[in-house]
Amino acid sequence: MPDLRELYQELILEHSKAPRNYRALATANHRAEGYNPLCGDHFTVYLDLEGDSIRDITFQGSGCAISKASASLMTQSVKGKTRAEVAKLFEQFHKLVTGQSPANGSRDELGKLAAFSGVSEFPVRVKCATLAWHTLHASLEGKQGTVSTE
Amino acid sequence: MTTAANRLSREFGSPQVSSSGLTLDVDKVRSDFPILRQRVRGRTLVYLDNAATSQKPQVVIDAIRHYYERDNANIHRGVHFLSEHATEEYEGARRKLQSFLNAADASEIIFVRGATEAINLVAQTYGRTNVHAGDEVLITAMEHHSNIVPWQILCEEKGARLRVAPISDSGELLFEDFENLLGPRTKIVAVTHVSNALGTITLVQRIIEMAHRWNIPVLVDGAQAVPHLKVDVQALGCDFYVFSGHKVYGPTGIGVLYGKSALLDAMPPYQGGGDMISSVTYEKTIYNNLPYKFEAGTPHVAGAIGLGAAIEYVDALGIDNIAAHEHELLAYATETVSAIPGIRLIGTAREKAGVLSFLLDSIHPHDIGTILDQEGIAIRTGHHCAQPVMQRFGIAATARASFALYNTREEVDALVEGIQKVREVFA
Repeated sequence: MPDLRELYQELILEHSKAPRNYRALATANHRAEGYNPLCGDHFTVYLDLEGDSIRDITFQGSGCAISKASASLMTQSVKGKTRAEVAKLFEQFHKLVTGQSPANGSRDELGKLAAFSGVSEFPVRVKCATLAWHTLHASLEGKQGTVSTE
Repeated sequence: MTTAANRLSREFGSPQVSSSGLTLDVDKVRSDFPILRQRVRGRTLVYLDNAATSQKPQVVIDAIRHYYERDNANIHRGVHFLSEHATEEYEGARRKLQSFLNAADASEIIFVRGATEAINLVAQTYGRTNVHAGDEVLITAMEHHSNIVPWQILCEEKGARLRVAPISDSGELLFEDFENLLGPRTKIVAVTHVSNALGTITLVQRIIEMAHRWNIPVLVDGAQAVPHLKVDVQALGCDFYVFSGHKVYGPTGIGVLYGKSALLDAMPPYQGGGDMISSVTYEKTIYNNLPYKFEAGTPHVAGAIGLGAAIEYVDALGIDNIAAHEHELLAYATETVSAIPGIRLIGTAREKAGVLSFLLDSIHPHDIGTILDQEGIAIRTGHHCAQPVMQRFGIAATARASFALYNTREEVDALVEGIQKVREVFA
């Protein structure tokens, strides 16, 4: 039986209660919206992209503990990274939450994001953990329209 | 807690013993539902998602199985033994539903896929014939999407206007506002009998009286009412009444549209096909009589028979006994759940049936749902297909426990313990 404490790890609970980079970004040159209508989870991701690198990133919105903490930790993890680095990190994060074993050594690269390892035991919550990431990804790809993981 | 619950039930005027002197033997009732015997996630299943769909008693499962094992044939066409038998069973189910709703005639019972299809049928036939540019369709602020969107589609097509009667903070219809919205432009009124998100029982009789003063027909969405209340369509005087079989212990994919025969007769068909015609040439088709005019194609015969078995089961237990049991349970749940620190109930109407919608601090309902699920407790979380209701209360979602005839006080206790666990995780 999956363990609730594995899903709701301290770091996740803490970030859901006090999300980081939780504000609109005046210097943003990209923004994207993520919305899961069935859940009601709704986030806006603001990006200040300088060349190929994320100079700054913030978010706002509402959602469950998993989706909010994921958005919060994502903003911390990707700040200063290039598009290619973000894409790689997203791929590893996606593998982690969907229960596919990440490549050797990638747990270290995931850093704090490893707190989401418990999500793989709760398949219906994968969409919560990945909403902010898909939203960021769409923004970096220059895609228009609202993103959904439902 | 017993004393408190008794006090509550006195205040709510709910009888512990029904007028017939019978009570519900819940242990016996539970043994009729095979699914309730199983364990989920290593725990005894506590099923509190009945407003989404109810579980099925053995008699319903057996009726469907028996039909496919012994009676399966297409109906209304064959001259052979099985077809005759299947037709009898199918039409027998219709007569059971006529008596269940106290319709004046069996031909006023149209089998459809569910409440959603029934509302779409009325919107696309009665609505398209009678609603024109500048007209209005009146609904309330506590409708399920299925009683909003079909009318929106109609209004967009016709250039008509969808009007919405407001509700109070407790989730009760504001009758004065409702009455003020009625007028010469109103062409149909569509209201829920019991709100799926709030549990409010609407005084539909009063709505019908008001609307009929303007000669406006009223459609009542009874999807959440039929499992919990005695429904008598002639006493209500409603023009249309719709419900889904699966919420009243029957199978999915079958439901009922009741309509007054004068209205149904005047309406054009909904879908064309077999069974709904009396003669077809390339020049002209003559439509069949009621109810067949609205039942194009081979219907869900097994579903209708299963639904017939379900309402027989409900009738045998007595809807008044069921209502009294559920009322007592809801009063107990309301008292015990609202005593938990941080709980906010959404939907606190004086008259409610079956539904307890709540929020816990700022914890998202989906997190509540996941944690309760680990305890084997099934509830619904989200907007309950009633986003405008959520917007009315300024929230995105609620956690909703909903009760059926087989639920017990012990299950309410398990829910309360589960919510305490949510608080611990998020402490």
